[in-house]
Amino acid sequence: MTFKMDVKQLNLFYGDKQALFNVNLGLPALQTTALIGPSGCGKSSFLKCLNRMNDIVLQAHVEGQVLLDGQDIYAPSVDVVSLRTKVGMVFQKPNPFPRSIYENVAYGPRIHRLFKTKSELDQIVEKSLVRAGLWGEVKDRLPQPAMRLSGGQQQRLCIARAIAVNPEVILMDEPCSALDPIATAKVEELIDELREKFTIVIVTHNLQQAARVSQQTAFFHSGYLVEARETGALFTTPHDERTQGYITGRYG
Amino acid sequence: MNNHIVKAYDDELKALHSLIRHMGELTFEQISKATQSIIECDAVLAREVIDRDHEINLLETKVDDLAIRILALRQPVASDLRTVVAALKISNQVERIADYATNIAKFALILKDMPLFPEVKGLSTLVQIPMRMIKDALKAFELSDLNLALQVWHMDREVDVLYQAYLHKIFSEMIEDPKNVGPCTQLLFAAKNIERIGDQSQNIAEAVYTMITGKPFKESDNVKNEPKI
Ligand SMILES: Nc1ncnc2c1ncn2[C@@H]1O[C@H](COP(=O)(O)OP(=O)(O)OP(=O)(O)O)[C@@H](O)[C@H]1O
Ligand SMILES: [Mg+2]
Repeated sequence: MTFKMDVKQLNLFYGDKQALFNVNLGLPALQTTALIGPSGCGKSSFLKCLNRMNDIVLQAHVEGQVLLDGQDIYAPSVDVVSLRTKVGMVFQKPNPFPRSIYENVAYGPRIHRLFKTKSELDQIVEKSLVRAGLWGEVKDRLPQPAMRLSGGQQQRLCIARAIAVNPEVILMDEPCSALDPIATAKVEELIDELREKFTIVIVTHNLQQAARVSQQTAFFHSGYLVEARETGALFTTPHDERTQGYITGRYG
Repeated sequence: MNNHIVKAYDDELKALHSLIRHMGELTFEQISKATQSIIECDAVLAREVIDRDHEINLLETKVDDLAIRILALRQPVASDLRTVVAALKISNQVERIADYATNIAKFALILKDMPLFPEVKGLSTLVQIPMRMIKDALKAFELSDLNLALQVWHMDREVDVLYQAYLHKIFSEMIEDPKNVGPCTQLLFAAKNIERIGDQSQNIAEAVYTMITGKPFKESDNVKNEPKI
């Protein structure tokens, strides 16, 4: 199996408090990996290590290796801005900029100068919105403020914004927690389609969602990666007692 | 294993177990009475067995309903999922076993108008192990007892040996005196049904094995390490 990203012996500290302990996890290319585990176990922290979002956290300190296509993203030569275009992120609450729908998607390509002409930019915007499954709903109102979209539409707009810069990996931290079941289903369907081009990591508290969208599931507990297996195997025959207790809803 | 945080979930799983336990007890009684009705030529008892079969069918429906409800509402995973799936399979297998008991009772109704026949008593020996098998298979389900499930699985071999021996005896009776052919044929049918009870109980043991281990039962993995009985 080829890993798009490969995390080796990762330790994360916030000041002198250790948040992640010796985590080893490979992210198979063009697959979705779900991260599950109780609140505070380190899922978001782990996710942030994958595109160095922890760099902006004071006192955060990372040890170990995070390889993207075999290259350590923490190597001194790495340009963090270009890393974040390769490893994009979608957050828990939809957070569109207070600009038009069009400008939200065009923002990244503008910053990274991914086009020469206005019509090229139009194409990127359209393609991203199509891929995010939002085009049909917004194509006649691109100049309108993004804030007028519903929550579910805003989340798909954020996904369109993330994929507009042609990332290779997309990180999502509880992307559906503010959405109703229909909007959630649309995002899940989208995740499944995006898998054709992108490697995806999703943090979710919804175990059924992890089961539905991912091919690999990783269970974290108190900063440790307890078990990472093929999703079907993890949900039918977990190996570890702690995984079993967590996914079946039993007292630990 | 620990309890679920949601207590109602535990209650539902317990209810599922208790339905199957009830099914098993009734079926055990049915087999015993059906065999007795042949041996004692008791048509009233045979009819009672036949009339009660629907109670077991009803329990099977109840297990199905509850299991489907749990699947829909609790979305069980891991050992819980395997338990619910096993319950669905096992209730179906127990229902089949109850049908065999009913068949045996039906043979009793035919046999009662035929000449009395000594080999009939052999049935009571033949039925001992299958009865123990269904009882222990369901106990293994209830207690998640892997060793007991494997014991049940291995018991089926003894049933086959006893069944062959019984066939042999019946066939020689038939050869010895052609007027035995009528009742002997009915006994053969009854014996076959008893042997099938052993087979089905073995299937239950396999379902319990899969429930506990999460793996499909493979004969080759388990013939060698026969558990102590
Ligand atoms: N910036 C920070 N400074 C100090 N400690 C932090 C910081 N961010 C997170 N932590 C701590 O690290 C641990 C892991 O937090 P993290 O946010 O990764 O958990 P999580 O698994 O994402 O939880 P949740 O499911 O509630 O989002 C927690 O104990 C948290 O308090
Ligand atoms: Mg988090």
